[in-house]
Amino acid sequence: MKVTSFHFMPYRDLPDDFDKRYDSAWVDAPWWELGDGSKAGDYYNWSLDELMLAAKMGFDGLGTNEHHQNAYGFMCNPNLFGAILAKMTRDQGLDDVALVQLGATVSSTSPPIRIAEEYAVLDCISGGRLVAGLPLGLGCDANVSYGVTPIEQRERWREAIDLMLRAWTAEEFFAWNGKYFQLPKVNLWPRPVQDPHPPLLIPGAASSSTWDYCHDRDLPYAFLSYFGGESAEGVMDRFWERAAAKDKDANPYRASFLQLVGVAETDEEAERLFAPHIEHFYHKALHLPLHYLATPGYSDYKSLINLFSSGMLKYLDFSVDLKPLKARDMIDEGFVVIGSPATVREKLEHMVRRLNVGHLMPVLQFGSMPHELAMNNIELFGREVLPHLQNIWQEDGWDNPWWPKQLAKTPVRSAA
Amino acid sequence: MSAPTVETIQVRHCNFEAKVKVKGSGSPVVYLHTAGGPRWDDFLDALAEHHTVFAPDHPGLGETNRDSIYDVESLWDLILIYDEILDGLGLPSADVVGSSFGGMVACELAAHRPERVAKLVLIDPIGLWREDVPVAPYMLLPQDKLVATLFANLEAKQVQEFLTLPDDPQQRAVAMADSVWAMGTTGKFVWPIPDKGLSKRMHRITAPTLIVWGKEDALISPVYAQEFADRIADSRVEIIEGAGHVPQWEQPDAVRPLVLDFLKSSS
Repeated sequence: MKVTSFHFMPYRDLPDDFDKRYDSAWVDAPWWELGDGSKAGDYYNWSLDELMLAAKMGFDGLGTNEHHQNAYGFMCNPNLFGAILAKMTRDQGLDDVALVQLGATVSSTSPPIRIAEEYAVLDCISGGRLVAGLPLGLGCDANVSYGVTPIEQRERWREAIDLMLRAWTAEEFFAWNGKYFQLPKVNLWPRPVQDPHPPLLIPGAASSSTWDYCHDRDLPYAFLSYFGGESAEGVMDRFWERAAAKDKDANPYRASFLQLVGVAETDEEAERLFAPHIEHFYHKALHLPLHYLATPGYSDYKSLINLFSSGMLKYLDFSVDLKPLKARDMIDEGFVVIGSPATVREKLEHMVRRLNVGHLMPVLQFGSMPHELAMNNIELFGREVLPHLQNIWQEDGWDNPWWPKQLAKTPVRSAA
Repeated sequence: MSAPTVETIQVRHCNFEAKVKVKGSGSPVVYLHTAGGPRWDDFLDALAEHHTVFAPDHPGLGETNRDSIYDVESLWDLILIYDEILDGLGLPSADVVGSSFGGMVACELAAHRPERVAKLVLIDPIGLWREDVPVAPYMLLPQDKLVATLFANLEAKQVQEFLTLPDDPQQRAVAMADSVWAMGTTGKFVWPIPDKGLSKRMHRITAPTLIVWGKEDALISPVYAQEFADRIADSRVEIIEGAGHVPQWEQPDAVRPLVLDFLKSSS
């Protein structure tokens, strides 16, 4: 299995009454009341240090993403951070780690060849270690923060990806006369090192239209859920049913799953250490009402019918109030995987096998978790859990064509 | 009350298969619906007692193909579609009534083809923007706040009917999806700010115009009534007490005679 340390860089210091004072953590949380540039500077630096530690500990990938105008996570352009990581990992001899940009939102970048250029830059600097994540983007980011018309977002996203792929690979000048983008002459500089282009990864939040997009193009899907393996079972079962219906095999590398994880010496110690940060994350960072997640028009009609009739999305549709849940409840519900190395190993292995996912994306800093605890968590996970996880699926013989070719090897660093 | 019939008009523009609900007899009145989606209501029944009412569904809604909205790329496309629907209905000109989003579309149509709109009735239309009294971001509101923004008289029968979902789970899912889709498909032409240049075009409107506004409209303030009136040469404003954004539902007995009298004096 490929394990990517995923970081979305939250604002770690929010007032206790944050979720009562403001309508949401997105757009409604005023910088002028809450934000501090010096603190944000610390958070950015710490987050990069945390990702670099993950690289040293032997993680397969480092994950960054794009969000806007919020306290939940504000790497406004993941490629700024990807560029720093590309250079630092290369200089420090950690050039067997992939840069999983999870990623830049092409639907809200105009023209989207800007992302094709930036991704190519990352691939060049890193020497071919980019995984090119192409998320549709959340409604609160693309629609509210960046003004993209909701009903046009998915079409813009599809067109942008087609344009990027052509811009990466064309060996002729071309004009692009699309529905949303028009360019008179395309001749992209630079192009990626990976030939024909870096592997793509499509993150999503359980939209059946996105699954179909992946299966129709033989692309891998990353299910970005914060509600744990158990609540994802219905979703991933349907993802795999759709794969089978479209004659795609059950290669686990078609799927990635995100999971918040906290490791300490014992289960009790882990709960004690991580409980406040679990509550901070679910009560404050995820203070995100449904109407921001999916602006009308953002989900297509078929997905709306699925959403309202299936009942498959326990928690995932944000219709359950998370505020009354305590850390203990969220551990019991499986939102977070918290415990000793043995507990975490066992729970994660059960989860990835049940969901049939070949890429796991643990989030090891979440909510208000301070830098020191995050570093300890990454180190302990890296030493005691990671090597075990990396061996999962090894014996099954599946190819993983969705990972940088030069990194397609069994990890050799089992401990730092 | 009998149900309206549905007429299909194949529009060449955007290859759109239009669906128009038709009822009544008398001089033609075209009704353009709100961002809440098409509903045949008591107000339209009242109009149909004196007129032939034509109520087209916005692309993607009502009886139309849900995905037809994707081919309607711009407001310009949408207005040309309505122009061609009038051709298809055989109406060189007609009275046009528009509510909320439909009021904006009605203004655009009357500005684009002034000779086709005999009389114009605007009920709490959107389409203009004042920095000091911004239009509520109705696509970004949770359900409870949206309801409070739309209606001042929650007890009104048709408001209650609008807010009641079917009991059957599958019908309920369809109703919820339709409701979100109605805002999404109309939102295509107003996102993110419902000001797409209408104020520059309104001087072209020649139709005598009745502007009806709920006094307690929290979605778009009644101060906009005068903004519309200032830009339409032959217009008058009627403010409806005890009504919000949908006065024809909230105070039907006040709105119905106003509109019927206004339309009568035109023929």
